[in-house]
Amino acid sequence: MSVQAWIYLMVGLSFALYIGIAIWSRAGTTAEYYVAGGQVNPVMNGMATAADWMSAASFISMAGIISTMGYGGALFLMGWTGGYVLLAMLLAPYLRKFGKFTVPQFIGDRFYSKSAAVVAVICLLVASVTYIIGQMTGVGVAFSRFLNVSNEVGIYVGMGIVFLYAVFGGMKGITYTQVAQYVVLIIAYTIPAIFISMMLTGNPIPQLGLGSKLSGSDVYLLERLDQIVTDLGFGKYTTSVPGSYLNMFMYTLSLMIGTAGLPHVIMRFFTVPKVRDARMSAGWALVFIAILYTTAPAVAAMARYNLLATVYPAALENKPLVTPEQGIRYEERPEWFKRWEQTGLLKFQDLNGDGRIQHFNDKNAAAQEKFAQAGWKGNELNVNADIIVMANPEIAMLPGWVIGLVAAGALAAALSTAAGLLLAISSAISHDLVKGVFKPDIDEKGELLAGRIAMIAAILVAGYLGLNPPGFAAGTVALAFGIAASSLFPAIMMGIFSKKMNKEGAIAGMLAGLFVTLFYVFAHKGIFFIKGTEYLGLIGGENSFFGITPEAFGSVGAIVNFIVAFIVDKFTKEPPEHIQALVENVRTPRGSTAITGAH
Amino acid sequence: MSKSPQAYWSATLRLISIVLVIWFIVSYVAGIILAPALNSIHLGGYPLGFWFAHQGSMYAFVAMIFYYAFAMDKIDHEFDVHEE
Repeated sequence: MSVQAWIYLMVGLSFALYIGIAIWSRAGTTAEYYVAGGQVNPVMNGMATAADWMSAASFISMAGIISTMGYGGALFLMGWTGGYVLLAMLLAPYLRKFGKFTVPQFIGDRFYSKSAAVVAVICLLVASVTYIIGQMTGVGVAFSRFLNVSNEVGIYVGMGIVFLYAVFGGMKGITYTQVAQYVVLIIAYTIPAIFISMMLTGNPIPQLGLGSKLSGSDVYLLERLDQIVTDLGFGKYTTSVPGSYLNMFMYTLSLMIGTAGLPHVIMRFFTVPKVRDARMSAGWALVFIAILYTTAPAVAAMARYNLLATVYPAALENKPLVTPEQGIRYEERPEWFKRWEQTGLLKFQDLNGDGRIQHFNDKNAAAQEKFAQAGWKGNELNVNADIIVMANPEIAMLPGWVIGLVAAGALAAALSTAAGLLLAISSAISHDLVKGVFKPDIDEKGELLAGRIAMIAAILVAGYLGLNPPGFAAGTVALAFGIAASSLFPAIMMGIFSKKMNKEGAIAGMLAGLFVTLFYVFAHKGIFFIKGTEYLGLIGGENSFFGITPEAFGSVGAIVNFIVAFIVDKFTKEPPEHIQALVENVRTPRGSTAITGAH
Repeated sequence: MSKSPQAYWSATLRLISIVLVIWFIVSYVAGIILAPALNSIHLGGYPLGFWFAHQGSMYAFVAMIFYYAFAMDKIDHEFDVHEE
């Protein structure tokens, strides 16, 4: 069977499974539609949360980015997992006890204000819509690279599949599909990693292989890798830091707080039966996430080593790399190299005309002389980060079915996250805006219909944005996390942990956090990401705030939110008695009830 | 020991603070601030600071959520506010 046939088979099987689940899990009530009836087993919910959380970026791009960044890539590893500790202790159990369908509903009720709910809806919509653009493009990328169909066809097929189980099944359909998608994606991610770890180090567990010696030698993999990359003028793999340590610190913190504040993740904890289950479920979610996230650094380092050893055969024998005889001859490059060249993800240009491939850091001033002596005239190979995961099975010479599995896994990762986001968007519209603000007397059937219409609209908008990604698509993830960190997380946390926090404080805090974050991001990336409207001069130059990059600024926004909220709170009147009683009630587990949509 | 809601809440806050301190130490202190210093110690082929950043912090996160969940359960029973 050809590789292409395997890919069609694996993707086809996984899609058939999702459609089967869609038919089985139709939602009949709003409770089923918004929170899967509140009866999901905590371990299952953990699995669904993991699939919901791990996006196309986690599956396809993260290992590649870490591969390039080395040690500093840990900010994604720690940032995207550490948030679950905050979520488990500070938000999830209390929001489950509160017992309503959506995050804006909590903010609206706790701060006894429709304006607060509307501010929360706006934050939620901006964060979720920007986030979903990346998922739709991820679906398109996975389709076009693995199945040789155009991006457009890929996105239409993806929209169709999500439509089936999200519109009819709501949270119920999405939850059970996500469980299946988790299984597909984790198998697809770990199998190539196990084989590669086995080949390089003889240890089948990638997490241990990364700390082991290379097979048939007494040199540790990381030690050899450090030596190779520094010879080639790159930063040392185990120590290189992006920007400053302070920036890495703030970036990690922003991702953690942002993770805990993203509504599509929080919402998943409304689906478990009890407060106790919400706590456990967060733990299970992180177990399932950590399986991939602790494998990723091994994939990253091993793929970097494999790639460099392919380009420089001398690396295998520990001979000098920077010589005129190094860099493999272009016509001797392996098959997988040729295949990925066709996609444009690997690009070779023979700058010094010697017919060999040289891949090194030509911007390293200290090593210029060394490179010149070897007759190297600049880096000749451009490697797209996404290739690290996608080409992995081929580099390791694994059979066709593994490659098919990786394709299905990449699609599972993108589709599961897209579905979770779509539900967050549609429930904010149908439950918080239509029922909460515009038409409070809508009946159950009407709301269910409104939810489905909102879902269809959201799928169409997401599909449109995926087909016509705005030029700023790459910068939007920073925005989604920045908004979640600077507005939603602090508001929810203060709503639980400060009994006296009033509506004036909460609204002022959310707006202030949002404003400073957007102000700083837009200064770098343009107002609403429109090119040419950057105003770096106004803030005193790039990364002017202690060298913090705009991606890392959400944590500063969160701090501003807390400070403004407490100051405004001090000068305005206390929340009413019944709200303080509500907070008391939310803090203790006893008396938790089934989730309802009553306003 | 008093079984008032205030006492329950302060027991909860105490647990959360302890876990948050550990959370901060394994990720920000061991994984970032002290990483360069810890790198002189090795765990197999892993420099220790690098290991905390790329592996150890995540294992610790998982362990601390389950510890929190079990400890909270105990506190809930102790103060008789657990779910029936």
